[in-house]
Amino acid sequence: MFKKEYAWRGIATIGGLIVIGLTLTIGVFLAYRGSATFFQFHHTLGEFLGSADWNPVDSAAGGGTVGALIFIVGSLVTCGLALLIATPLSLGAAVFMTQISPRIGEKFFRPVVQIFAGIPSVVYGWVGLSVLVPFMRVAFHQQVGQSILVAAIVLAVMIFPTITSMTADALTAVPKTNRDGAYGLGSTRWQTIYRVIIPAAKSGIITAIIMGLARAFGEALAVAMVIGQTTALPTSIFSTSKTITTEVAAQMGNAMEGGELKAALWTLSFLLFLISLFMIWLIHRVNAPKKED
Amino acid sequence: MKRIASIALSGLLALGMLTGCGSNTSDSSSSSEDLSGTISAAGSSALKPLADEAAKDFQEKYPDVSITVDAGGSGEGLKQVSDGTVTIGMSDVAAEEKLDADQAKELTDHQVAVITMAPIVNKDVKEGGVDNLTTEQLIDIFTGKITNWKDVGGPDEDIVLVTRPSSSGTRATFTKYALNGNEEAENKSMETDDSGVLLKNVQDTKGAIGYVALSYLVDNDDVATVSIDGVEPTLENTYSGDYKVWAVEHMYTKGKGSKTDRAFIKYMMSDDFAKTTEKLGYGVASKMSSMDH
Repeated sequence: MFKKEYAWRGIATIGGLIVIGLTLTIGVFLAYRGSATFFQFHHTLGEFLGSADWNPVDSAAGGGTVGALIFIVGSLVTCGLALLIATPLSLGAAVFMTQISPRIGEKFFRPVVQIFAGIPSVVYGWVGLSVLVPFMRVAFHQQVGQSILVAAIVLAVMIFPTITSMTADALTAVPKTNRDGAYGLGSTRWQTIYRVIIPAAKSGIITAIIMGLARAFGEALAVAMVIGQTTALPTSIFSTSKTITTEVAAQMGNAMEGGELKAALWTLSFLLFLISLFMIWLIHRVNAPKKED
Repeated sequence: MKRIASIALSGLLALGMLTGCGSNTSDSSSSSEDLSGTISAAGSSALKPLADEAAKDFQEKYPDVSITVDAGGSGEGLKQVSDGTVTIGMSDVAAEEKLDADQAKELTDHQVAVITMAPIVNKDVKEGGVDNLTTEQLIDIFTGKITNWKDVGGPDEDIVLVTRPSSSGTRATFTKYALNGNEEAENKSMETDDSGVLLKNVQDTKGAIGYVALSYLVDNDDVATVSIDGVEPTLENTYSGDYKVWAVEHMYTKGKGSKTDRAFIKYMMSDDFAKTTEKLGYGVASKMSSMDH
């Protein structure tokens, strides 16, 4: 009689275990491959994180340098800029489609945003390279159009749908009674939005922003096309530089198996994994029910 | 008595092996009409277009054979053929440079084509008067010693280096034969993941210089090539040995490879296919006056 009950429970459990197992396996694998940089080639963690001298040797003999600071700074700066550009726009769009004009929002705005999310990243990259890069060259009188700024703009466009739709969901989830209460006390629409609804949806909004940041961090292809990959620390937003993902994507295929370069690239990948773990931990922190208050 | 018997037996065995060999070779040439099976090739992105074309023609001749060709980089190609993931590994460099000596020993090298690398510049540089560079000038430009085109007889314009990642086979060839082993100034150059994007960057950026394989320059008037020491980068000059920046394209099989693999590689190197090879901008190995650098 309970056959079905157990069968479905079994399937659900297996599904869950596979996901957990897969994540753990990937983490362990990356840690194992990435550790070769430190144990086999004897580099220090301080050198990896703190030095901008990147010149690993593409052979098993080793002896190069593995300072990844350029990529770490490159990733942080581009993603930070992208967030600065995308967050206000996304918040505005989400407020518009849920509070100000829900009818247009649901019928027209949300589908458009969803289409945005479905465009493959190579298209964003190519459009950036063909439209934005020449534009930068003309608008700012630069000889080289590629820059961190262009990469940040492309990334901002790419994470805009993620942040917008998640924020919109968070805003819609605020109980109607809150809004009615605010209106009942004589608030204007704007006061209701920024005094009541946005604070009530705060943890959802922060989650949306972190998810956007996570997507930006992991994006390689589109960024690689417009950042003008130069192995140097950026000096301004018009500099060319590299990010963690672009370096891994550019070198992985050609690097020698068991060589120092490959080991260093695995370490970079592991670093990316840790960063996304950290972001997920942040989301959990934000959403955790508060003990006090 | 025992000794005589063993000698006779070994003689018999040797004879058997010889005849076995003989019948085997005649077998592969006579029954080549009914080849079947799958060939999977992966590796060098420089060789991929030629392998694609050869695969198309070969499959027309032998409809029972199915061929897949993937890029992924020389290192990846060598690793995968060594693992047995693919049956043919395509590479710009010799297997010894990317694999352990033991792994490399198991592979059989087939030198299927020659690829010529040419320095390319943005059109305004050529219009400004630069159509030839000495090796000395080329080294100074790529190591960042010369930073303005007017120093080599060109327009008053900053030089923008557009290059490939350090593990790229194209870059290895260019560094070795055009720059005499001098390393590029990485902190001043824009790296691009593939030659297609490199072409676009050189085409769009004033004062840009880079390098690509001749196969990318077939029917391409958007960038200009530059002679090295007065020798134009053409297939004829490569054949005669006057132009020095070229590399052998390898196809590796594990051991001897399957009959189908060998037939495919033989077809790629055949006179029938030579015309297509040259039309696509690759050099025919048999036409080289010398295969040694």
